[in-house]
Amino acid sequence: MTGNLWKDANAALLSNYEVFQLLTDLKEQRKESGKNKHSSGQQNLNTITYETLKYISKTPCRHQSPEIVREFLTAMKSHKLTKAEKLQLLNHRPVTAVEIQLMVEESEERLTEEQIEALLHTVTSILPPGPEAEQQQSASDDVAMDEEDPA
Amino acid sequence: MFVLVEMVDTVRIPPWQFERKLNDSIAEELNKKLANKSSSTGVPCLRQCPSAFKMGIPALWRGRCESQERLPGELGLGVTWRVHGHTQVVYNVGLCICLFDITKLEDAYVFPGDGASHTKVHFRYVVFHPFLDEILIGKIKGCSPEGVHVSLGFFDDILIPPESLQQPAKFDEAEQVWVWEYETEEGAHDLYMDIGEEVRFRVVDESFVDTSPTGPSSAEATSSSEELPKKAAPYTLMGSISEPGLGLLSWWTSS
Repeated sequence: MTGNLWKDANAALLSNYEVFQLLTDLKEQRKESGKNKHSSGQQNLNTITYETLKYISKTPCRHQSPEIVREFLTAMKSHKLTKAEKLQLLNHRPVTAVEIQLMVEESEERLTEEQIEALLHTVTSILPPGPEAEQQQSASDDVAMDEEDPA
Repeated sequence: MFVLVEMVDTVRIPPWQFERKLNDSIAEELNKKLANKSSSTGVPCLRQCPSAFKMGIPALWRGRCESQERLPGELGLGVTWRVHGHTQVVYNVGLCICLFDITKLEDAYVFPGDGASHTKVHFRYVVFHPFLDEILIGKIKGCSPEGVHVSLGFFDDILIPPESLQQPAKFDEAEQVWVWEYETEEGAHDLYMDIGEEVRFRVVDESFVDTSPTGPSSAEATSSSEELPKKAAPYTLMGSISEPGLGLLSWWTSS
């Protein structure tokens, strides 16, 4: 496991990306080892890792990488947000001002409109969109293409 | 929504597993004991600080197992330390997902009368435990007069009570669904909270319930009173969607 953990003795928060990596590696390991996977004792582990991976795979962490996370954290330094706030931005990749206001406490007092725009720009340019956002994007692209066709 | 929790436990490995690598046996036993479980009975842990939860940052500190202490149920975090034998305590951390790593293995002992080995293990476990005010996205599982039930797939016990819905809200008895009566100049639009819809919500509270079996005496006491409450989930989250941007994702995406 790479050093992506929020290195603070008091706050061992894990990003969705780190858990995604962990569960994916675990799945590979268990596939390779073969036996024991289906023994009754392992059923709970199988269920929880399958369901958790299924959930996280649909979020923006799906296409993140250690380099992207590092770049994001560096860019975040200038924005003066708390650990928990940065974590939410990383996990959710908000694209609207309303979402930023939900994730940043007292944002009306701490951030101007320009700062919110700047934050949105940093988030959307560094973090890749999640799988669901991509689906929506391709759906709206198709619509746009149809509209461009001459009658 | 995930945290790493440091834990200590004694792992028992039966003799027929001695040929396996110790770390593998231990990892398997720990996952067997903890994975997919919300209340870890008998596993002492470093404690999470209730006031830190209020501040939005889970904080861990090393508790003293020798002392007996009861914390008030702040935000439903009923933490009870009990000293029983060596270091067995009841503690609720959240939903345990999987083993992260083993940090220390102490010596393995074999006790008289039991051929298995007992090893004290220090390890870290990945736990689902969102912090207060965290924003999460889940799917509507169903509606009832109690509120809207939301699921994350791997975790099912999330409730958004009626007072925390976008107001004004009404419960449609016929369709068994909660409805946001959204007001515009043209009049009220009824926005239905249908099953399967994705919803963005804020975590506003959590509760841990001790689901370990009670003795026969308490069963007699409860059977004489009104109907027994139905079996509670060990770990439940309360959510809220009463802010701009919260509720069904479809309510807020620009077309």
